[in-house]
Amino acid sequence: MTISTADYTASELLAVMSARLLRDGQVVFAGVGIPLLAATLAQGLHAPGLTILFEGGVIGAFIEPGKLPPSTNEQRCTRRANMVLSSTDVLLLLQRGYVDVGFMGGAQIDQCGNLNSSLIGDRERPTTRLPGTGGGNDIASLTQMIVAMKHEKRRFVSRVDFVTSPGFLCGEESRREAGLTAGGMYRVVTDLGIFGFDEHSKRMQLLVLHPGTTADQVQANTGFELLVAADLEITDSPTERELTVLRRLDPDQLYTA
Amino acid sequence: MTLSYAEIRSRTEERDRSLREKVMSLDEAAALVPDGASVGIGGSTLSRTPMAMIWALIRAGRKDLFCARSITSCEGELLFASGTSRHILTSWFSQGIVWGVSRIMRAYTESGRGRFEEWSHMAVGLRFRAGAMGVPFLPMRSMMGSDVIAQLPEARLIDCPFTGEKLVLVPALNPEVALIHVQRCDAYGNAQIDGLPFMDIDLAMAANRVILTTERIVSNDQIRRAPDQTKIPFMAVDAVVETPFGSAPHECYGLYEPLFRHLDGYAAQIRRDPEEGVRAYLDRYFYGPKSWTEYLDGLGLEELLDARRRGTSIHDD
Repeated sequence: MTISTADYTASELLAVMSARLLRDGQVVFAGVGIPLLAATLAQGLHAPGLTILFEGGVIGAFIEPGKLPPSTNEQRCTRRANMVLSSTDVLLLLQRGYVDVGFMGGAQIDQCGNLNSSLIGDRERPTTRLPGTGGGNDIASLTQMIVAMKHEKRRFVSRVDFVTSPGFLCGEESRREAGLTAGGMYRVVTDLGIFGFDEHSKRMQLLVLHPGTTADQVQANTGFELLVAADLEITDSPTERELTVLRRLDPDQLYTA
Repeated sequence: MTLSYAEIRSRTEERDRSLREKVMSLDEAAALVPDGASVGIGGSTLSRTPMAMIWALIRAGRKDLFCARSITSCEGELLFASGTSRHILTSWFSQGIVWGVSRIMRAYTESGRGRFEEWSHMAVGLRFRAGAMGVPFLPMRSMMGSDVIAQLPEARLIDCPFTGEKLVLVPALNPEVALIHVQRCDAYGNAQIDGLPFMDIDLAMAANRVILTTERIVSNDQIRRAPDQTKIPFMAVDAVVETPFGSAPHECYGLYEPLFRHLDGYAAQIRRDPEEGVRAYLDRYFYGPKSWTEYLDGLGLEELLDARRRGTSIHDD
């Protein structure tokens, strides 16, 4: 069966584009969903020596195609791992500085890269209570972050209702001043493009467009004013090989529908 | 509430820590957990959940337990919906990411009937660890600057007396009771855990009383043949209950994976009508069966065998 490279879902695009950002030899702390899928995809393509950590307490796992775990805390996350350890101890590797990249999904993000997965509305009486931080706050507090998420105006807001996982807080030096002296947001990957953060203001900046999208279209789907890089690049479409490996990993489209 | 060191020591000293057999029934173990107790729950999300013990506490009509767990799945929904707990401390609370945001957690927290006290995952772990170490707090470097810590008056921001850096202090958590499910232990409570230990070792040593449920009780000789596999020592354990498939419909490493079809069905039932759906589930699976064996019968042999086949496949190459 040949795979049409023009025919892929937004989630597949997210997984492929995020996987390309990971480099062989890195130690990646991955959340469940697209991050786990993208990290596993990178292992199968250009980064066979990528070490994946899961907050359930795993160092160096290889997820088996078609057997994606429903969270990062099941035995499926331990396959061919180098080590299992307590969840507390694997999280402490972040604090000790052993992790190159933290890699998470996001429900709501703001212009300084803060993530909200706790609640929508008022803190005391939220209109929607969300599942919470898990290890998200620890990962975002302690290492360089890649976030993969769908690009929608309601998800890209000027200020999140609740800072669950810190990005650059109020921008400029506020993250460091709060006591977070390591890590910070590195890249946000969406189905429209790839974003970084301005060195000084720490505000989100469009760096790369995916094929077929324009900067105007990205701005129209964003709830705050985006900075745009002077030398805006355009990514290459997902290749047949990338999509083939990805679809073998998630044949039931658990995370890529 | 952080206990004084004298209180922690005296509570330990009052316990019968001798080498003695502690095997009992689920009902007898449930009687060790009073209404209003603080309860640490072992495992994480869908793994090694002490489901049989939670099942027994819900059936016993226990009220107002303060529960703490690393990550909380559907057992938290059932604790809320049955009135067994109105306050759950955890880092993440929903059945599992593939099933979306918990409708029960939402219904209870948004109406103020239940409280979800949110700490970062590492903070929960360090609170149990401080409890296990017999110290009143541990320092850590996450949560600063976020709204998570802004909601937590118990967490303190300090300037490090050695370096001057900002640090967060999280208080020890010493639950009155820990509920932990293991693959095997002996009649004294020497427990061996395969696979992911989560926070269970710290939790066991932090708690003032430990109830173990176990897939099987093995001889003390078998434990002594592989003492490096023993993760919880007998002196920390107060009760041992043999409960095969004691985490079902969740998983127990190396023995069975989650019962996915059952969990999908549960999620669909909750989605259709959260309050009525969870009530009907409790009636059918928790209040209805006469015994744990009858509960397993209700889950169905086909599902259990399928979960067993997937679970044991971890040992295949």
